[in-house]
Amino acid sequence: MLKIADKTFHSRLFTGTGKFSSSSIMEAALLASASELVTVALKRVDLNPSANQQPDELLKHLNHPHLNLLPNTSGVRNAKEAVFAAQMAREALETNWIKLEIHPDPKYLMPDPIETLKATEELAKLGFVVLPYIHADPVLCKRLEDVGTAAVMPLGSPIGSNKGLKTIDFLEIIISQSRVPVIIDAGIGAPSDAAKAMEIGADAVLVNTAIAVSGNPVLMAEAFKIAVEAGRMAYLARLGTINSLAVASSPLTAFLEDEI
Amino acid sequence: MRFNEFFENQSWEETSKSIYAKTAKDVEQALNTPKRTLEDFKALISPAAAPYLESMAKLSQELTLKRFGKTIQMYVPLYLSNECNNICTYCGFSYDNKVKRKTLSALEIMEEVAVIKEMGYHHVLLVTGEANQTVHTDYFKKVLDLIRPHFAHISMEVQPLDLADYQELTPYGLNTVLVYQETYHEEDYKKHHPKGKKSNFQYRLDTPDRLGEAGIHKMGLGVLIGLEDWRTDSFFTAMHLDYLEKKYWQSKYSISFPRLRPFSGGLEPKVAMNDRELVQLICAYRLFNEEVELSISTRESVIFRDHIIKLGITSISAGSKTNPGGYAVEPQSLEQFEISDERTALEIAEMIQKQGYEPVWKDWDLSLMK
Repeated sequence: MLKIADKTFHSRLFTGTGKFSSSSIMEAALLASASELVTVALKRVDLNPSANQQPDELLKHLNHPHLNLLPNTSGVRNAKEAVFAAQMAREALETNWIKLEIHPDPKYLMPDPIETLKATEELAKLGFVVLPYIHADPVLCKRLEDVGTAAVMPLGSPIGSNKGLKTIDFLEIIISQSRVPVIIDAGIGAPSDAAKAMEIGADAVLVNTAIAVSGNPVLMAEAFKIAVEAGRMAYLARLGTINSLAVASSPLTAFLEDEI
Repeated sequence: MRFNEFFENQSWEETSKSIYAKTAKDVEQALNTPKRTLEDFKALISPAAAPYLESMAKLSQELTLKRFGKTIQMYVPLYLSNECNNICTYCGFSYDNKVKRKTLSALEIMEEVAVIKEMGYHHVLLVTGEANQTVHTDYFKKVLDLIRPHFAHISMEVQPLDLADYQELTPYGLNTVLVYQETYHEEDYKKHHPKGKKSNFQYRLDTPDRLGEAGIHKMGLGVLIGLEDWRTDSFFTAMHLDYLEKKYWQSKYSISFPRLRPFSGGLEPKVAMNDRELVQLICAYRLFNEEVELSISTRESVIFRDHIIKLGITSISAGSKTNPGGYAVEPQSLEQFEISDERTALEIAEMIQKQGYEPVWKDWDLSLMK
């Protein structure tokens, strides 16, 4: 079981709520994924529905006992805005968990490492469970640990790109030296990418676009569920090493044979 | 360098010639490359790309799905005033048009807001003419104060303002500003805008730079299609976008492609653009820029809007009124332009759902700008 802060998770597949063709398809896909942590953009939720209005449409479909909400700060551009947004989320959604997303660059949505570090430190002090979305930067991960992050969420490739684990060399370093859970976020385009992430020892993965935009989101969600489980099992069983040592003859060392 | 200086070195004629000189081979190269340049964009909007429309549509759909998913954002215009000191040959609010002029009072604005909220909207676009004696920065501040509690996202399409004005308005909850260049053909621009502050081509051209400097979250670009050759004008729009994205990298961008619509006594388009060509343009923008928002208004027909949803568009207006007071106060007053798709917001939302997309009413929160 995966433990982050005060919560334990059976499923190592975390999911998102954006880009689905309808809230009911989103709900069905999330249930099929067996995910227990779903991230919701604060900007999509009506935080102050007036008295006569229906409860927020998106939240209505996420109302399942096993689904933990992970509000995210998508849209903020600096630490100050992020801290404010996290406080709004805590009040409106009654959770102190926050997925910290600070991307001042709206084109590629690249996370700002400096503002993210600042905001993590401040939010941790304010009692938040902080899960920051970051580049696959091993030093930044250690710095985030130092200021009290609950986990790190390095990207596999640009968000929404479906390009898979382009940053794998750095992810392996991060995993090897991390003292907090490593959740690979962004860019996971296929179940095989998710399985690979788990095989190299990630604690969990977060998948959104690849499920939401597929031809059959419910089936794809289930495929990811199985892939994540398979990858985790393979990691635990320890993969065999790839053998590149066999050679037909030994021209360089054959003389040693002659001596005997 | 500001865009004005950059633009000085551009020649309309040569640009136009180079677009029309593009061949099938250029188009194929543009379609097959993963990262497209401005030269590729030229090929994609050229007549040579017409036979490739289906391939362009397919690619545009894929790219849009990857970035934006199966969602379409909903917004609605709120016309605050039709007072205007400018003469624009194509506009119903032109100074020389004998129409009743009106600027909404606070009370009237709230009547309009109540109807818009009832329609389901959280994203609103404020629109005015240009009447600096009554509709100025102080007026905008009052309006923003008034409506801020009722909307999650506020855009403005009003006269270009100075840098200091934009800086003053941002803390009031202003998120997005749309300023359409109308045309990048300077001489033609002057012909269509003979009188008023708008006749200053350079001031208008410099506006996105001022918006970038003011740190506006999103800006909207576009030309009025029909005033000049749409291919050349659209190329300069793309070039402007490319320049802005690199310089003001923290801003988001959206593009609109309004086609000249008739109004009482109005201008006939100089260069007509048919539906096929508009689809080509929309797909070309998407292939050139995977992240830019593309917006379609009620100027377009029912059939066109129904089909364009899946081809690259990311936001749509519906149930729009283009006259101040049009929703509640004075529904019968004269419109800025004729609406083509008169379906209600709810009907459009249902149309979007039927196509397997989700209409998104809220995708911003003013609390994110504190």
